[in-house]
Amino acid sequence: MNTLGIIIKRELAGYFLTPVAYVFIVIFLFLNGIFTFYLGGFFDSGYASLQPFFEFHPFLYLFLMPAVAMRLWAEERKSGTIELLMTLPVSLWQAVVGKFLAAWLFTAVAVALTFPMWITVSYLGDPDHGVIAAGYLGSLLMAGSYLAIGACISAVTKNQVIAFVVSVMICFLLLITGFPSTLEVFTGWMPDLLVETLRSFSFLTHFDAITRGVVEIKDMVFFLSMILFWLYANAVVVELKKAG
Amino acid sequence: MTALIEIQHLCKRFGASKVVDDLTFQVDRGEVLGFLGPNGAGKSTTMKMVTGFLTPTSGTVCIGGQSITEKPLQSRRQIGYLPEGAPLYADMTPAALLDFVAGIRGLRGETKRQRIADVVSRIQLGDVLNQRIDTLSKGFKRRVGLAQAILHDPQVLILDEPTDGLDPNQKQEVRSLIQEMASDKAIVISTHILEEVEAVCSRALIIANGKLVADGTPQELEARSRYHNAVSLQLSAEQAPLAAARLPQLDWIDSCQTLDNRTLLIFPEGGQSVIRAVAQLATTEGWQVEQIYQQGGKLDDVFRDLTDTAGARS
Ligand SMILES: Nc1ncnc2c1ncn2[C@@H]1O[C@H](COP(=O)(O)OP(=O)(O)OP(=O)(O)O)[C@@H](O)[C@H]1O
Ligand SMILES: [Mg+2]
Repeated sequence: MNTLGIIIKRELAGYFLTPVAYVFIVIFLFLNGIFTFYLGGFFDSGYASLQPFFEFHPFLYLFLMPAVAMRLWAEERKSGTIELLMTLPVSLWQAVVGKFLAAWLFTAVAVALTFPMWITVSYLGDPDHGVIAAGYLGSLLMAGSYLAIGACISAVTKNQVIAFVVSVMICFLLLITGFPSTLEVFTGWMPDLLVETLRSFSFLTHFDAITRGVVEIKDMVFFLSMILFWLYANAVVVELKKAG
Repeated sequence: MTALIEIQHLCKRFGASKVVDDLTFQVDRGEVLGFLGPNGAGKSTTMKMVTGFLTPTSGTVCIGGQSITEKPLQSRRQIGYLPEGAPLYADMTPAALLDFVAGIRGLRGETKRQRIADVVSRIQLGDVLNQRIDTLSKGFKRRVGLAQAILHDPQVLILDEPTDGLDPNQKQEVRSLIQEMASDKAIVISTHILEEVEAVCSRALIIANGKLVADGTPQELEARSRYHNAVSLQLSAEQAPLAAARLPQLDWIDSCQTLDNRTLLIFPEGGQSVIRAVAQLATTEGWQVEQIYQQGGKLDDVFRDLTDTAGARS
């Protein structure tokens, strides 16, 4: 295994060394169930699709992803192990990407455990499997973006609670810029171009497009560049803050 | 051949305060350098720069001829580092941690297994290998930190207070471990235990307020002590006051101090060796000498002198 692989393995194992991982997965599945079946009216819709399930993910992830990411760097800095890690022959990008990928893989495991939903709709009706696959893809990409933000913010502070709160706020801002009601506030007095730019920076806009089954390059590029931007910022912050 | 560790005009600022101020020194293969200085002198900060964790404000660090800032990974491969306080991943076991570090260090398969087994038996970690690190005692944590530092048999070892928190037996163990490894490595240890410097270091460096104030073998540093070549002379209770009055009159004696009513401490003029002359004098004067010996000098004393004056100057 190469260095990146070893880092991912250690981080991933780190999630499962404490009960936190199991608690997280249970909460994740439980909330998914509640949202989909009760609030989403899964059975009432009359259509065999996972649309109601995916619709809640942006809001579910708003709290769960910062919780997954908050320990990544804050804990290293608080316990001083960052000094151990960053004096090993590990490059900055290997550390940043390794930690992020571990968090993303962990999330992917939790998301994969929702497969009974897919089985249920397939059993009840005849869903469009392409759309469902696109939904999972969109969901993971969005989770990745939230995680990249959370990882970056966790490098700014030694305090995990602060990291969590600040990440939730940033993710929330990036989410609500896509709400019709938010955009309404700006339309009229702001140039249309600016409103459109604001809209295009929203997770919601791109996520909705993908979950409707329209997998377009521009939406994928949006999420991937979001992830890359925040990982780059993460590396810069680690380099700047590791001393203090 | 260039030295394994070469440090040139190293400086580090944190905001307005200059924590490390123009340090220049080298450490050759085979040397064990004791890095001394009062709390806050800048020892750990220097070590963090030498290991590439902190970027110097100015100056250079070369490990095996390569600059640590220009070739960070190649340089780090040659270094084993025990950071101050031995930070370790609390929720891992020593076994998992050593496996992780060995993996990152590029050890694989049988070589990895063998190296870990060697180090574990050398540092006596066998009993705690599968216990979570946060439940280990302070001394065991330090030993795990030490184990991960020497795992890849590095050419350069930087150990920040390696014996802090160890029991006397383990202190001795670690010192002999350092001495065993010394022949083919350049080792830097920081410590507040001055006997340790005398016991393991071939050279000592004292810094105060980030500046180098002394550099030499422990013996050379001891020679700077006020007590260097001082003669302790024990006489009978009646004769001691006579001698105390007589001795300072001689021009080769600087001063004479009465320790108790029988023991005198004689400071020679100019630090010369005067034990023979004192013995001679005692014979001619007819003093009953009960004990006489010459002191080597006290490192604590030199340490205090050098670091106090440096503190007063700034
Ligand atoms: N990240 C930092 N930001 C600001 N000041 C710092 C930082 N790190 C260290 N210092 C300051 O630098 C000085 C030197 O600290 P350093 O840890 O190098 O001392 P030391 O010689 O190792 O002391 P000790 O014997 O207590 O371990 C101290 O005054 C410390 O407060
Ligand atoms: Mg220190």
